[in-house]
Amino acid sequence: MNYHWNWQIFFEPNPTGSGTYLDMLLSGLALTIKTALTAWIIALVFGSVVGVLRTLPSKVAGWIGFCYVEFFRNMPLLVQLFLWFFVLPELLPRAAGLWLKQMPNAPFWTASIGVGLFMSARVAVQLAAGIASLPRGQKQAATALGLTTAQTYRYVLLPMAYRIILPPLTSEFLNTVKNTAVAITIGLIELTGQARAMQEFSFQVFEAFTAATIMYLLVNIVVVTGMRFLERKVAIPGYIAGK
Amino acid sequence: MKRLLSIGFALAAALGAAEAGAQELTGTLKNIKETGTITLGHRDSSIPFSYLDDNQKPIGYAMDICYKIVDAVKKELKLDKLEVKLNPVTSSTRIPLLANGTIDLECGSTTNNAERQKQISFTNTHFLTASRYVSKKSSKLNSIDDLKGKAVVSTAGTTNIKQLTEANAARGLNVNIIPAKDHAEAFLMVETDRAVAFVMDDILLASLVAGSKTPDNYVISKDAFSKPEPYGIMLRKDDPAFKKVVDAATAALYTGGEGQKIYDKWFTQKIPPKGLNLNTPIAAELKNEFAKPSDSPDPDSYK
Amino acid sequence: MLGSFDFDVIRRSLPYLFVDGMTFTLTLTALSALGGLVFGTLIALMRLSGFKLLGRIAGLYVDFMRSLPLVLVIFWFYFLVPYIGQWLTGASRPISVGAFASSLITFIMFEAAYFSEIMRAGIQSISRGQPAAASALGLTYAQSMRYVVLPQAFRNMLPVLLTQTIVLFQDTSLVYVLSIPDFLGAASKVAQRDGRLVEMYLFAAVVYFTISCLASFGVRRLQARIAIVR
Repeated sequence: MNYHWNWQIFFEPNPTGSGTYLDMLLSGLALTIKTALTAWIIALVFGSVVGVLRTLPSKVAGWIGFCYVEFFRNMPLLVQLFLWFFVLPELLPRAAGLWLKQMPNAPFWTASIGVGLFMSARVAVQLAAGIASLPRGQKQAATALGLTTAQTYRYVLLPMAYRIILPPLTSEFLNTVKNTAVAITIGLIELTGQARAMQEFSFQVFEAFTAATIMYLLVNIVVVTGMRFLERKVAIPGYIAGK
Repeated sequence: MKRLLSIGFALAAALGAAEAGAQELTGTLKNIKETGTITLGHRDSSIPFSYLDDNQKPIGYAMDICYKIVDAVKKELKLDKLEVKLNPVTSSTRIPLLANGTIDLECGSTTNNAERQKQISFTNTHFLTASRYVSKKSSKLNSIDDLKGKAVVSTAGTTNIKQLTEANAARGLNVNIIPAKDHAEAFLMVETDRAVAFVMDDILLASLVAGSKTPDNYVISKDAFSKPEPYGIMLRKDDPAFKKVVDAATAALYTGGEGQKIYDKWFTQKIPPKGLNLNTPIAAELKNEFAKPSDSPDPDSYK
Repeated sequence: MLGSFDFDVIRRSLPYLFVDGMTFTLTLTALSALGGLVFGTLIALMRLSGFKLLGRIAGLYVDFMRSLPLVLVIFWFYFLVPYIGQWLTGASRPISVGAFASSLITFIMFEAAYFSEIMRAGIQSISRGQPAAASALGLTYAQSMRYVVLPQAFRNMLPVLLTQTIVLFQDTSLVYVLSIPDFLGAASKVAQRDGRLVEMYLFAAVVYFTISCLASFGVRRLQARIAIVR
């Protein structure tokens, strides 16, 4: 392979004046994690609301939940990010659009919200499935005890459902981390973006991508290990995971 | 027996000679001969060097030069037919794609500098341009220092974004640099007020402004981030045989006056798709270079 | 703002968007799904085979691919595939692969990791008695897989496989990062040339949405039918 390898490149100074190329990649990693966490909070909040809506007895609520999920699931994430970033500000009144566009960190917020809402549809599906998987008796018992619907969800159904769906939520969180990479198309310089910038500045394509790959693998390993620990901690006695 | 032996020797010699003849072709030339194809890398929006017309076909000044090179390669290899494949590249993918053999020539607006010459080669210079920025007149940005603390866009993978990054660090401008995929996208960011300025080679900026909906609203800076730097068609490094053919083809084109004709076609006449006229007559430096073609990365050598 | 909405730019670019862009997207989706399914099934068989080493390699491959963002994988392959071709064929120089072939290889390799998990679940859903009965009838391992296990696994998993194909259809839009004219790439080229981001991106969104919705609707109906048959 006639490619000029140079693994020393990581310790050479980068042109941004902020240290070495390795520092550049690490700052990308930090931004990836920050964006993923913000997006994940949004995904959990919206996903929970919509997931609950889908399981409520009300037909209207179920229909709203269904539409929400279909809307966010049937468009590529890239197209959704373009809609938030390029289209939305143009459809707003001029002043509001301008404010949105000139917000510092616009790519970060757009990516967090865009990825967050995209993932929220998947969280909603998982949560609705988790609630549906609970024995019907639980809901009936709660009603018999005189709990309101809100109380039933708050004290009975949700605490159980979240613990049951913890494993699929782990993989959805990992998907969130990966999906933040799509945001390089709207100018977010996260890990993949920094790897590409390093390639452009230093011409060392494969070193840059190798380092980014290793960093993604590490994030994966850390998250999976941490979540396994958490799963064991919160496992429900009597369920398969609970022993 | 003697006769047989001598025939054997003659045969061996003939075979050896044939083999040597085949070995003369190396690298890209050999590949082109074997596959009967040559792949040109083109850009989406490097107007008027390499961009897509109304039918999404790549056209432009650099494309015309490349087709001349293709003719020369065809003649050199004595091929009846040479298929030309086109592959889109961006500023950030062009060098890896050239290195990995996806494209054989990059026909666009690539700045020839010493750093890049460590990775790839350039043929004779086809343009000279300096790095500046475009902004809306209404934002009243009169110098590079006025960019302080603002959002500025540039195209990822260009020398311009690197110069902006370096100036940002050296002068403490605290500019928020947004990388864009291609020039058109970057310019749209200024047009839609997402960034206040777009740092790029001035000729590309002028073309984008001329092609915009309201050309009068924009101004290109007097301040430059660099001296006028040369543009070259890129080819793979360490392929002297191919470079020789390409250099000879471009040198003949430029010294023979045809280069000037192609230049005039794209820079002083109406060009597709909108019938724009860039009104940029050939500069004295480029005219000198056309008389004495050079692939030097040193801006000062073109004075 | 909507007053200045230019429908004409969409109408004018329809041939380019669909004849060039959508054809690229659909061809890439179909061939990647097919290739991903074949390769994914092989990986699933490796994982379920008795050979520990083979199973581990396949498992590592799946975990590796699933931890990486598709965008990064797309970059990797676009730059790396020609060198792999050179290495495989022993050529003196990298093999020119081209945008479509490179994207196809990328998606096959990437999606295989996801398809293999689906096929693994499908194969595991077949009761153990069946391959046992097949081998009792004198069928070889290959024959029992080919004629007994895989057809059923495939059939059981068809809705999931199709849903994954819809995801794949949406994911192909990411070749945009390489400036390849798939449907979204074509739309963005027109959008940027004419300064009509709003129209083109909204139109692209509607097209992707309509196709994905119709396809998911079809999958749901299929699922209902299969459910009754079982």
